[in-house]
Amino acid sequence: MAQSSALPAEQYNYDIIRRFTIMAMVWAVLGMSVGVYIASELAWPFLNFDIPQLTFGRLRPVHTTLVIFGFGGSALFATSYYVVQRTSQARLAFPWLAEFTFWGWTGGVALGALTYVSGITQGREYAEFEWPLDIAITLVWVSYLAVYVETLRRRSQPHIYVANWFFLAFILAVALLHVFNNLAVPVSLTKSYSLFAGVQDAMTQWWYGHNAVGFFLTAAFLGMMYYFVPKQAGRPVYSYRLSIIHFWALIFLYMWAGGHHLHWTSLPDWVSTLAATFSIILLMPSWGGMINGIMTLSGAWDKLRSDPIMLFLITSLSFYGMSTFEGPLMSLKSVNALSHYTDWTVGHVHSGALGWVALVSFGSFYHLIPRLWETKMHSQTLIYVHFWLATIGIVLYITSMWVAGIGQGLMLRSFDDYGNLAYTFIETVEFMHTPYVWRALGGAFFVSGALVMVYNMAMTLRAARREQGAVEAKLAAKLAKA
Amino acid sequence: MRHEQIETNSGLMILLIMAVISIGGLVEIVPLFYINETVEKVDGVRPYTPLELRGRDIYIREGCYLCHSQQIRPFRDEWLRYGHYSLAAESQYDHPFQWGSKRTGPDLARLGGKYSNQWHVQHLNAPRSVVPQSIMPNYPWLLNTELDYSDVADRMRALRATGVPYSLTQAEYDANVKKFGSAVADQLDISKAQNNLLAQARDKNFDGLSGQITEMEALVAYLQVLGTMVDFTKYDEGYFATFR
Repeated sequence: MAQSSALPAEQYNYDIIRRFTIMAMVWAVLGMSVGVYIASELAWPFLNFDIPQLTFGRLRPVHTTLVIFGFGGSALFATSYYVVQRTSQARLAFPWLAEFTFWGWTGGVALGALTYVSGITQGREYAEFEWPLDIAITLVWVSYLAVYVETLRRRSQPHIYVANWFFLAFILAVALLHVFNNLAVPVSLTKSYSLFAGVQDAMTQWWYGHNAVGFFLTAAFLGMMYYFVPKQAGRPVYSYRLSIIHFWALIFLYMWAGGHHLHWTSLPDWVSTLAATFSIILLMPSWGGMINGIMTLSGAWDKLRSDPIMLFLITSLSFYGMSTFEGPLMSLKSVNALSHYTDWTVGHVHSGALGWVALVSFGSFYHLIPRLWETKMHSQTLIYVHFWLATIGIVLYITSMWVAGIGQGLMLRSFDDYGNLAYTFIETVEFMHTPYVWRALGGAFFVSGALVMVYNMAMTLRAARREQGAVEAKLAAKLAKA
Repeated sequence: MRHEQIETNSGLMILLIMAVISIGGLVEIVPLFYINETVEKVDGVRPYTPLELRGRDIYIREGCYLCHSQQIRPFRDEWLRYGHYSLAAESQYDHPFQWGSKRTGPDLARLGGKYSNQWHVQHLNAPRSVVPQSIMPNYPWLLNTELDYSDVADRMRALRATGVPYSLTQAEYDANVKKFGSAVADQLDISKAQNNLLAQARDKNFDGLSGQITEMEALVAYLQVLGTMVDFTKYDEGYFATFR
């Protein structure tokens, strides 16, 4: 019965990666569809249908949780488990704990969504999970850390590859943020009050909130980038030295930047000034990562013409560069005075989330899927179709949000010749209707791209099963003859 | 130290990462608990009454904070539109804070007293019947759902554990009398929570329905107290700026 141990599927634990990959796509479609739905609610409020579970206020955390933690989280579990095994040349440690991270994470995200629609929430953006789920997530996360670090320790290489530094920083930082931001006193299983109040609570929440972006949506996806871009390009990372400098600078600086979400509020000026300063410096390590990724392709730019996966990866890095330029810009107090509280922020988040996070994940998955199922993608053309649907969707989304956000910001601060406010608030709401329609359309483009990918993936998996069946039948026939 | 030493030693790498990512929070968050100027010294701010507290819970349950901020910035247009900029002191009992991050609808930090109870009931029930261009969802179930106030004392007890001065003992009650006056101290007495809630609902009748205490009752009670606790006429223009 013993088979050759040279087969990668035997040498490495691919099963858990396959499942996380499939779940990532399930969450992507669900979470992004909810996004399109709530975007449509803002354009056509009748869609709330007077049903509590469908109202914007309850569905919005479902959208953010499914895409950030469901899609993003599962994509990170999948790719980090792949990368740590391949670069350490070691099989994933503690298989039963890894199994637990799959069921715990998937169950946690699903339960979270169900509790939000029932109105069970902590009322903290991106940390809406009530305390029992927070504890469950903490257990999953500690298991993740254990599996990850033990696999690293079993590496057959002396060096820890750069992608793993980023994944490691992400796991550690998220643990720290999650624990401190969710300190609360429970009333019952479904209700708690945060331990901190007012200004301290606000600063803790945005220290968490900004670094959920910084570590969950940035550092970790840079880890993904550092493996899949060089692999797909067939070239080494552009600069090893740059990767060291930008790694340490990035993880140090990000943790200071959260206060820029609280400019001009009751947060003391010294904190918000400090946060703005660090946010501007943060541009450098961010672009360090972008340059390192894009320049990895130097000498092989022709791949952009022939390889749709490369198109996904390089475009994602371009959006990463754009968002990390826009971010420091918006953290300037004078710009923030206009942009804060408006859709400009929403557009900024989505140029990062769709342009960077989702595109780099899709690109990595297109690289990963044929290797996980030992076959090739069903259709190259459909990868191109996905790419263009996604790109058009992002462009529609962010431009409509620039119009809505900057427009509302300017309207709210304009005065007539007598020094009175030129517009009432509701006039800005009316103004935003058209950009809201375009935004929903942009989201619909993006989801249809994801659906094309799901179809392509399903066909690939079906072909893989057929091929495997054929191989097994041949083997059985041979054995019968012998 | 050469980087090779770090990248060949996972334990060392973990330690260094932990050190590097801890600094920002330590410098920016911890002092907020110790620097006295962080929260302005101002009279009038008190914890919520039991009814207002239940209203706030409903505000959180429905995710109002996702479209409405409660944080006015010190700009001329915001002054004209909403009123005096928000003070840290005004949310010192807010667990969690509800400053928000997006104004799909207007800021609510000083909503209290601007509209009648009847307006609020009508508006929450069917926003477009009052403001035709509004994109806010209807909340008809607030008026049809009896308020569950059975665990209001438990809720206050949990908040007391976080440091909100709801009183359980005579000593705590006396301290509240000294700090807030006896009328407010009575409202903060956990042993009287249910009676206080019923009395406030009966006296003010926020939902306009007699003999019934709905979720609307609590939510409107909460909305009507927002931003009304500080009497800004008692302070000089420059006073609050000294805390920033």
